[in-house]
Amino acid sequence: MARVVVLGGGVAGHTAASFAAKWLENEHEVVVVTPNARWNWIPSNIWVGVGQMSKDDVTFELAPVYKKAGITYKQAKAISIHPEGKKGSDKNFVTIEHTSKGDMGKVEELEYDYLINATGPKLNFGATPGLGVGSQMGNHTVSVCTADHAIHAAHELEKSIKKMKAGQEQTFLIGTGHGMCTCQGAAFEYIFNIEHKLRSAGVRDKANMVWISNEQFLGDFGMGAMHIDRGGYRTHSKVFTESIFAERGLNWITRAHVNKVEEGVAHYETLEGEMKSQEFDFAMLIPPFAGVGLKAYANDGEDITDKIFAPNGFMKVDADYTPKPYEEWSADDWPSTLQNPLYSNMFAAGIAFAPPHLISKPASSPNGTPINPTPPRTGMPSAMMGKAVAASICDMIKGRSEKPTHTAKMSQMGAACVASTGKGIFSGTAAAMTVYPVVPDYEKYPETGRDQNLTFGEVGLAGHWIKHILHYLFLWKAKLRVGWTLIPE
Amino acid sequence: MKNNTKPYEQAYFPPKPNGFTKFMRTCVIWQFIRFIVINLKMMRVIAKSH
Repeated sequence: MARVVVLGGGVAGHTAASFAAKWLENEHEVVVVTPNARWNWIPSNIWVGVGQMSKDDVTFELAPVYKKAGITYKQAKAISIHPEGKKGSDKNFVTIEHTSKGDMGKVEELEYDYLINATGPKLNFGATPGLGVGSQMGNHTVSVCTADHAIHAAHELEKSIKKMKAGQEQTFLIGTGHGMCTCQGAAFEYIFNIEHKLRSAGVRDKANMVWISNEQFLGDFGMGAMHIDRGGYRTHSKVFTESIFAERGLNWITRAHVNKVEEGVAHYETLEGEMKSQEFDFAMLIPPFAGVGLKAYANDGEDITDKIFAPNGFMKVDADYTPKPYEEWSADDWPSTLQNPLYSNMFAAGIAFAPPHLISKPASSPNGTPINPTPPRTGMPSAMMGKAVAASICDMIKGRSEKPTHTAKMSQMGAACVASTGKGIFSGTAAAMTVYPVVPDYEKYPETGRDQNLTFGEVGLAGHWIKHILHYLFLWKAKLRVGWTLIPE
Repeated sequence: MKNNTKPYEQAYFPPKPNGFTKFMRTCVIWQFIRFIVINLKMMRVIAKSH
């Protein structure tokens, strides 16, 4: 009997574990190690952050779902990987520390035959002074990265609305809290949900709404932007996104690295090297992501963390990590099997794998501060990576192949993003976008790097309906209810 | 920074939807058609990605 250990129970880890358990049936063991007791459909946290949904609407208890699926569930966080075992034993294992009430702090060595690192990100609030400490959010801003953060955000938003109803003006600052952030899409969706909420509350005229991000221009989204064929033109997403902002009366600051946050003011450096400040009454600034800080040790106890992980803490896989200038980047640089090059029974999926480089063009200020978005690899790409890795491991366990049989290359996969506002069937709206591939391939698609038949964006009710359907569909799938395998990633 | 729609300010330049476009965005019949079209497009992206 082989044991597959999945570190992390987010989109990538949960998908990998669910499929592995289904394909391996009871012949082998699948173990999930995740510090959280509840699974969170993170995209819907945006709606929690404006008080439109509750925590229960976007989370559920993992234990009963894993029990039903025959998955061993350990509520714990991974501390270290020992891919060669330890003195006296060559059986590889991970060290985990339990986080459940009953076993809090208990350390366990968990042996594995195959390991999937899907730990997701450390929310690195501490990278920006004043934004937080370590992975803990500070007191000056709010966040929608977790359901609990989003509940807090909704509470703070209500306070601002109350002030506006009393006649006070409020400035809202939404965007990224560091020059190396990703996940602009979440902030993009949140600012539009707040705008919609303020409009519904009849206080929009009291709000000054400001976007701030590390993108070189609006609509970059960390993937080097895209082009949309619409109205007889091939339009850059900068135009598409600026249009949405202008229509709703939003201001925007781009090319900004927020370098310090204080009570009511965010200080930032621009790509031009200027030091500026933006005051706010309410701010939601996404923190930068880092690896969760896993360590790795060889058989003799030597620290091999730097061989397994990139300096940012993400796990190295079958990507081309050779440093090269932007002009020489290729779609082939991106990993396909997500297998660790040193240990063939170790894989990474979702945010946990180390990208070979950015997708957007790198940029830094005259002071040498890098100000550019890091690659997005959440949602649909994460789930597809988890499924591909699980399929490869199942084939390897069953002896069908010695090498991974499935791939999930970000330069060969697309992504769909729907930013929706409002709750009513007819009162909401959304910007629906798809892009294929996520990483542009200028050899295959010389003009835009993308397949224009599969890359589009439009605003309307239709996207709003899709977003709501997706919310229920993905929660259904994550709960492994009847027919869950029929719902695509 | 509150009003950015005057000449030479940032929101003065981007295209903005006219009345017809706004109407079509909320026209249930048209949006139902777009709903089907967008779903088909997304299914194509998903199919090509797997």
